[in-house]
Amino acid sequence: LRQALAWIGIAALLAVPLTGIGNYPLHLIIMCLLWGFTYTSWAIMGRLGMVSLGHGAFFAIGAYVAVMGWNHFGLSPWIGIALALALTAVVACMIGYPCFRLKIVGHYFALVTLALSEIARMIIVALRDVTGGSLGVTPNTALADRTGSIVALQFSSKLTWFYIVLAVWLTGLWVWTRVDRSMTRLALEAISQEEDAAAAVGMSVTRLKLGVTILSALLTCIGGVLYAQYQLYVNPETVSGIGVSLQMVFGALAGGMFVRLGPTLGAAFTLLLAELLRLVWGHAIHGLDTAIYGLMLVLFIIFMPQGILGGALQAWGQRTKPLLREAS
Amino acid sequence: MELFDVFLLEAAINGVLLGGILALLALGLNLIFGVIDVVWICYAELVMVDMYAVYYLHTVFGWPLPVAFALCLALGALMGALLHQLVIRPVLAAEPINQLLVTGGVLFFLQGAATLGFGIEFKNLGIQLPLIAVGEINVSFARLIAFAVALAAMLGLYLFLKRTYLGTAIRAISQDRAIMPLMGVNPNRIFLFTSALGGLLAGLAACLLVLQYDIHPAIGLSFGPITFLVCVLGGLGNMIGGFVAAFIFAQFISVGGYFFHLEWGYVLAFLFFIAVMFWRPRGLTGGKS
Repeated sequence: LRQALAWIGIAALLAVPLTGIGNYPLHLIIMCLLWGFTYTSWAIMGRLGMVSLGHGAFFAIGAYVAVMGWNHFGLSPWIGIALALALTAVVACMIGYPCFRLKIVGHYFALVTLALSEIARMIIVALRDVTGGSLGVTPNTALADRTGSIVALQFSSKLTWFYIVLAVWLTGLWVWTRVDRSMTRLALEAISQEEDAAAAVGMSVTRLKLGVTILSALLTCIGGVLYAQYQLYVNPETVSGIGVSLQMVFGALAGGMFVRLGPTLGAAFTLLLAELLRLVWGHAIHGLDTAIYGLMLVLFIIFMPQGILGGALQAWGQRTKPLLREAS
Repeated sequence: MELFDVFLLEAAINGVLLGGILALLALGLNLIFGVIDVVWICYAELVMVDMYAVYYLHTVFGWPLPVAFALCLALGALMGALLHQLVIRPVLAAEPINQLLVTGGVLFFLQGAATLGFGIEFKNLGIQLPLIAVGEINVSFARLIAFAVALAAMLGLYLFLKRTYLGTAIRAISQDRAIMPLMGVNPNRIFLFTSALGGLLAGLAACLLVLQYDIHPAIGLSFGPITFLVCVLGGLGNMIGGFVAAFIFAQFISVGGYFFHLEWGYVLAFLFFIAVMFWRPRGLTGGKS
């Protein structure tokens, strides 16, 4: 039954553009899926007790490497993706290996990775001659001719983007499921509860943690590439630094990072909240959405630490994934 | 060559003065972490709200500056206590990382509320404190005051913790949270008091920062991350370590920024931070793991 429901859901999503909805709703759906994919990528490691505030760096690598390669060297973003993924893997290893080796966990892990995302932001700002600094940068347009637009990974049609992002999002969910059903997840859950004991029964803690970290970082990097190519504009504040890193954590947390669709729901929820407030009050009132968002996060963490979907599933009486660990 | 060295010296001196402010910011955070075992990610946002308080009381309502400062300190203490009572206390028993994240929600809330209430325009007190010239070196008077006050505050806190009954209770709680209730200490009252004290220190930092910087809702993001890194570098909860780390960090930013661009100073400082974490994961003074 679950599988049937999943197929119906996918079919319904595929059919969404056929209903003839306008560009604006389609844009919202694309953004939901894009951020949903990114939050899911974060949650793949976040749910296993590794709360990273450094994913802004990976997102930024994806966004900037693709755009910089195209603007300065004429490299197609398709090659840019490969470069960005390679760089992301290297950076993830450089930060992850020592962290896991030296058992930097919890607060310390969060704050060390926070330094990473701030470094990414600072480097982008400091290289302002190349990256455009805080003003951001726009990829040189190639929308005019058809083949050029495919090479440049730029599409004017929202429909094209919808199917690309949908495919990527489904891939993200598939990866999540694979991890979820693997021994690795069980091992890492054990590790996140009692690292020494897990090591004592023969788990190679560093390798397991590093593997899932690199996986999560690579997916996040792809999210960054797509974001830059879809928006055709990047700036260091929106793709790197503490802001976007916290956004990922909270999106996943609000939706529920222990269930598959939780992060996506979190993305949809936060995005629609912001849009709704904007529609109701217009542009004149700045900050109201952020304030309400922050307030809701506080309430969520206090009263519903499993997030919206996690909480709902639990209330429904279904078997959910192990909830937050007891305080150690 | 002579001129070169003078500017370098000026950068180094400015680094020391910046270190004073960073040390003060780190002090409040370390106090809270050491006693309650919680990282307030929103600490810099508390400072931001306090800075707005000084601006509105002084510039808009025309109150004298000392009164505005005093009220700012009181507001800081009140916010610290409220933050603990309303936000931290319900999640004290939850996973430690939830306590960090819940204050992240407060960060967004305060930032949004400040944007909503105060607008995104840059505001400043319009007070220009003079530059003091020592030979060829220019030193900002505002920074000098900030440095002196920060040092005094640290000394005061040290004496308070060492010499008073309440301070002893705080230190005792920070050493063993489980056993102190059995000794007849009410941990909640100590936590509440410590939070208020931490908020007060945020208010103090705000009074000093408002003399030097323009206020805007996102200002917390510009020095918040540095403050956390200073604390971690010194060893979370270790006040002496945080003090030392603040000055090291400030030198990196100031002298590094002198040789390259200011941002590269930050990049260097952050890279140094990550390198140290791998060398001594518990902070500079924490010893090797």
